[in-house]
Parts: sequence; structure tokens; C-alpha cells
Amino acid sequence: MPFETPFQASFSLDSHSSFYHYLSVHKPELLPMAKWHNLINPSISPGGSMPTQVPPLPHGTTVLAFTYQQGVLIAGDRRATEGFQIASTRMEKVFQTDEFSAMAIAGAAGPCMEMAKLFRIELEHYEKLDGQPLTCEGKANHLGQMVKANFPLVLQGLVVIPLFVGYDQKRESGRIFKYDITGGRYEETDFHAVGSGGKDARNSLKEHCKKSLPEQEAVRVALRALVNAAEEDVGTGGPDVFRRIYPTIKLVDHQGVRDVEESTLASLCEALITRRQDE
Amino acid sequence: MPLPYYVSPEQMMQDRAEYAKKGIAKGRSIIAMAYGDGVLFVADNPSVSLFKISEIYDNIAFSGAGKYNEFESLRKAGIQHADVKGMMYSREDVTARSLANGYSQMLGTIFSQEMKPYEVELLLAQVGETPDRNELYRISFDGSIVDEQRFTAIGGRSEAILTFLRKELSEQCPSLKDALILCHTSFERVSDSKPNLEGLEIAVLDRNRKGRKFRRVLLQEARQILE
Repeated sequence: MPFETPFQASFSLDSHSSFYHYLSVHKPELLPMAKWHNLINPSISPGGSMPTQVPPLPHGTTVLAFTYQQGVLIAGDRRATEGFQIASTRMEKVFQTDEFSAMAIAGAAGPCMEMAKLFRIELEHYEKLDGQPLTCEGKANHLGQMVKANFPLVLQGLVVIPLFVGYDQKRESGRIFKYDITGGRYEETDFHAVGSGGKDARNSLKEHCKKSLPEQEAVRVALRALVNAAEEDVGTGGPDVFRRIYPTIKLVDHQGVRDVEESTLASLCEALITRRQDE
Repeated sequence: MPLPYYVSPEQMMQDRAEYAKKGIAKGRSIIAMAYGDGVLFVADNPSVSLFKISEIYDNIAFSGAGKYNEFESLRKAGIQHADVKGMMYSREDVTARSLANGYSQMLGTIFSQEMKPYEVELLLAQVGETPDRNELYRISFDGSIVDEQRFTAIGGRSEAILTFLRKELSEQCPSLKDALILCHTSFERVSDSKPNLEGLEIAVLDRNRKGRKFRRVLLQEARQILE
């Protein structure tokens, strides 16, 4: 790229450490939400009728999170739907956002992934500029602001609902935050699930989830909740043993964020299926 | 009507260069050196909270000598530039070469057009996938760039340090321990007293790390390395 001159712009006194703020001031065209907002906005007349909905586009579905013995677990299925079609069977909806936090998203796939990407850069940017990472609380609040900025798109049907988890090093515990479409932030103590199969996953978690669960057991509970959601909800994809597509599960504890290996998931899924057959 | 006061361009540039050099000469030095697993940064910096070495992007680190507020604003600009570029294209497209070019352009413009030149020297390093792929850039107050592969230094005593290192450093890439000892000794050679380990700021770009390669080496770890 030709050398742009963000250099000049930074010589101002307002030394925000926010990348989002930097983009909105110096490069608004790069903010996905801002751009869409401008495109869509002229059609909203004050007091007039709602603009037409956007055509069908890929949507991601069930994601869940709960606390277990060492920290917090976050998981999601792999299906994206587009109306009554399956748009993708291998979509990733769970993202590591920094060393001690991760987020999962349900909603319109494009804006979802954009938000996750932006949020990850945001946290890294803050850490580099400021010399220390944001606190768990600070990260959760900041994500709320980003969801709020997305609100005009929600009116168009481009809903993005994130679920944020982090390991709070001060409290030495895992924390879960859920959001509403206006950016409202609510902390959950035990578990939560969002997306089209969210309710089914929550019902399953309610039965099996305990704070004292050891790691291995927690992974099992997460898989079972996702399988239950897939059985009840068309938008949620279950594990596909033929194509070897398994849900994404990440564990966040005092050592950081790590993925549950595919081989572990494969054997746990198979065990779950055999048990279902026997029942 | 009085004639405007005339200063020849040569004289003006010379004055500015002298001014900038004087400012930099007061600053402490920083060394970057390639070692087996990456690039080592060592700064003579007694402060525990104000850093001279910083991460810019996945495999790029920055360090500045001279006036703090000036290199700090350059550091921030570099991070902003890198993050925007990485977001627009891909993370691999952010390179030290393009950043060094940007810094050079900017310092060059400031040197010739602003009232006061920046009293800074910058050191930019990118760790490569193999030792022969490392890139080290040294950028001066007037925008001139020097690129190196094995080691470089900036700050007040940089020339003396470079002379010492050219003599002492063997052809082979040193281990982390040897590199750290060498950097520590070279600070001793160019000043009257050897700064103790507490007075050094140490960081590495470690090619074996996944994702972000930059890591600060804290005092305890530095002691372990030297043991």
C-alpha cells in the first residue's frame, strides 16, 4: 500500500489507546459498521416505515459458555445457515481475543467475524500502546461499546450477539459476560448460551453444569449441550463424524486460552453417540 | 526596508544536524543483536516503568533513543500504522521495511521543514523465519536509514559500541547467553561504570513463539540466562 500518513494524525494531544477510536476518527471507511450505516441510513425516514430487510445472509447459531473448576469454557457449533440453506458446515464462531480472553458470536456471520477481528486488534492495540493489557472488566465493557455501535445494523436485521469470557487474574476466576443488542452488558455467574439453539443448550447446561466440574467433565457437558441443541434446533449443527467436523471448544484458565484437541473431541463425540444408541 | 536575514541552506542543515546530534548524545544507548532464536534488545535504562523497547507487531519491535516524548509519539504512530495495515490486508503484510520507510520519510520531512528537528534515533527489528532473514534498521534524526543483519546500536555512545561489537562478535550467531553478556560488556566499555543487571531493559523477538514474538525478559529470567 502507498505509505499512508496515519503518522501525522497521531500527533494530537488526545492519546486514546483505542484502535476503534483511532479508526473512527482517522479511517472511518474501515469501520464496517460505519460504512454500512451510511449506506442504509438514507432509507430510514424519521417516523416513516422501517426499511426493507436485507436479503438472506449467513447466520451463525449456537454458542455457549460456563465456568468450571479451573476457569471458564467457551464453545460453539460449526454451522452457518442462510434462510433454509446451510451456508457453511465449518464456520468458526469462537475466537481467542487475547492471552486470557475469548469470545463467541451468534448472528449475521459477516458482521460477527468483523467484530471479533476488530475486538482482537483492539485489545492488542491497547496492550501495545499502554504497555499493559486491559483488565477483564475493561475488556467486557469495551465490547459492550462495540455492540452498541452496531445498533443501527440491528434494525436492518444484522444482529450480532457476542458472548465474552475471560480469566480474571485479580479474582483468580473465570468470568462470563452476555450482551443485548443495545450493548447492555450483563455478567453471568454460572453459564449462558445464545443463538437459535441457545435455549436448548441452556436447558441442558442447567441440568449438568456445576462450578466444581473438572476439565474433562466440563468438555463432556459442553458437547452434550451442543448435541442437545442440534437435536432441537435446525440452525445448530451437531458433530459430523463422517466429515470429522466437531464443535469448537476453548478453555480459558490461569495459563491462558487453549483449544480442546480435535482427537479428544472425536473420541468424546463417539462415546456420546454410543451412549445415545444404548439409551 | 531591511533585507530578510539570510542563512545558506548548508548552514541551516548543519545547525539542525548539530542540534539533533547534541540531543541524542545525551541519551543512553540501545543494542539490538541477532542470536540463535531471534533478536535480542538490550537498553541501558534504569527506569522500571518507562520503556525504551516496545512491541510494534507480531514479529517487529521498536526502540528509540533521545527525547522521550518524540520517540514515544513515533512509537505510537508505528503501532497505529501497523495495526491498520494488518487489518486492511493480512498480518503477514506488515513488514519492518515498510515501517522503516515510513519513519524515514517522516523524520526526513520534519528535519527539513519543521522549526526543530527530532532529537531521536530509532531502531527497528524484524525477526525472520531463519537467522539469515532477520532485518535490523537504524533510522537517524534526518531520515537516513542503515540496515544491518547481525547487530546495531543507537543512542549517545552508539559509535563506540558498534566499533567494540565489530571487533568482538564472531561470525557465528551467538547464543542468547553470549549475546546478553556481550551487550552488557559493551555498555561497560563505553561508560565509566558497568551498569548492573537491574539497570538494563531486556526484550527479545523469539522466533519460536507462536503469534506475537515479542517478549520482555525480566530480571529474574536474565539472571537465569547468565548463570
